[in-house]
Amino acid sequence: MREIIFRRKPSFRTGRDDDQQSNVPDDMWRKCGGCGDLIYARELERAHHVCPRCSYHFRLSARQRIELLADADSYEPWDESLTTNDPLNFTTGNERYIERARAIAARSDNDANEALSSGRIEIDGRPLVVAATDFSFMGASMGSAYGEKLARACRRAAERGLPVLTISSSGGARMQEGLFSLMQMAKTTAAFDLLRAARLPHFSLLVDPCYGGVTASYAATADIVIAEPGARIGFAGPRVIEQVTRQKLPEGFQTAEFLLDHGLIDQVVPRAEVRATLATLIDLFVPQSLNAQQAAARLVGAGVSSGG
Amino acid sequence: MAAEQQARTTWDRVTIARHPQRPRALDFVNAIFEDFVELHGDRQYRDDRAIIGGPARLGDQSVMILGNQKGRNTRENLDRNFGMARPEGYRKAMRLMRMGAQFRFPLITFVDTPGADPGPRSEEHGQAFAIAECIQTLTTYPAPIVSIVIGEGGSGGALAIGVADRILMLENAIYSVASPEASASILWKDAGQAPAAAEAMRISAPDLMELGLIDRLIPEPQPAHDDAPEAFARTATELRQALATLLDIATAGGETALLRERQERYLAIGSWLDASPNGNN
Repeated sequence: MREIIFRRKPSFRTGRDDDQQSNVPDDMWRKCGGCGDLIYARELERAHHVCPRCSYHFRLSARQRIELLADADSYEPWDESLTTNDPLNFTTGNERYIERARAIAARSDNDANEALSSGRIEIDGRPLVVAATDFSFMGASMGSAYGEKLARACRRAAERGLPVLTISSSGGARMQEGLFSLMQMAKTTAAFDLLRAARLPHFSLLVDPCYGGVTASYAATADIVIAEPGARIGFAGPRVIEQVTRQKLPEGFQTAEFLLDHGLIDQVVPRAEVRATLATLIDLFVPQSLNAQQAAARLVGAGVSSGG
Repeated sequence: MAAEQQARTTWDRVTIARHPQRPRALDFVNAIFEDFVELHGDRQYRDDRAIIGGPARLGDQSVMILGNQKGRNTRENLDRNFGMARPEGYRKAMRLMRMGAQFRFPLITFVDTPGADPGPRSEEHGQAFAIAECIQTLTTYPAPIVSIVIGEGGSGGALAIGVADRILMLENAIYSVASPEASASILWKDAGQAPAAAEAMRISAPDLMELGLIDRLIPEPQPAHDDAPEAFARTATELRQALATLLDIATAGGETALLRERQERYLAIGSWLDASPNGNN
């Protein structure tokens, strides 16, 4: 992890500790993974967790990602009962895989019980299905529960006529599930075939870091692929590449900007603009949701509150 | 014979699967099919010799062939990049998949790669995107697909040509999400634990058969390179018979049923827990 949390105020004065509205403890400072500056936590929160000085995009949990995009209280989580199993009865040393996964799910600072959270949200009244990963859950590696949650989300999106947004950061396949996890690449791709058959769009947002089996499956085959600035994205990780070539990789290699330059992604979109970009894309690709939104606006205008 | 097979550890099989004298994709293609015409290039950038492919005949049926091709010595391996395909290789594979789809040729793939090429140029050219597009092309391929793991089934680089209606494995082939060495260094923090990792990850054909992840194990009375060419001829004959039967079965229900079954097959793969009795929502 490149981010370090400071629980104690640094000794120099910043004069920014006057905001009492947030629930963030007022002695909390975070060190920027980009420029190394210390940023007052509440200021960071207001800036969508983007460094105001160097634009470094801090890592977010799945729930933070979803809540940053969704209209207030519009997130309806799906399949939270679906959790990790251990098909290989996998043990390294004294540690059983299933126990490790459960321990991570039970951790108090964790709001997800697997590496992927899914559900329905609205963006300015436009309904869509979202599936976001949580890098703090075993490097957001893709195992069976992840794959099944995503497959169910695709199926429901196709049935309900909704577009899908995936937000992906991942170390790749969940090695502890062996070939089951490799096959999730094919499974998730097959699940998005359901969406394609229904002519509904898949928007893929790649965030730092995104590698291996996730980049090499559904996250790359989306109709639109965008990435956050500076996000590192690729198939093989930089360490593996350096081991093979025995050469240092150039600055900026595998960043979102590098991928854009090489014709691999559609746009690099700063975090603060993702919501607006998605709204525009949804209106272009799913015009009925625009109509639904307009219809809802009309209803509100007529003094009637719209349901669902 | 049975006792000898029982005694073989997963690591023994890893060693056999990687043996330089083990038959390669082209050996099987030439032994099983008639009139194979190798086609080259991705029509965009270059020809990747780590992937071979083209149309051929099995009995009276035209089929499309794809395979990972390893070399047998250093010179050949440099030429074939040790069987590690680059994006242009996967794009050649995709081109041939589309051609096969156009003519409704059953697709037969021979998997034998340590993994996709991990070099910087492959990253620049979109290795992940090329693999992802191959997988997507296969999930909707409108004719039967049979994939045969003949040596090493290494990760996404293997899956790119490995999505199929039926997956066959030679008895001493391996199929894994990551190489035993990579898994050991990541999970055990010690690459020397590769044999333990290979065992724990259950990458051998008998294990994968037991887990229900492959459909058929093709016995190798001897490791197919040991008493070549007799052993190889026996394995090739066995494969040829298996392929002929499988293609008949897979063609029987028609295209719509075939695609639906493939989709259901892949949507069902995995092992998870669901705390709610009927799955919420």
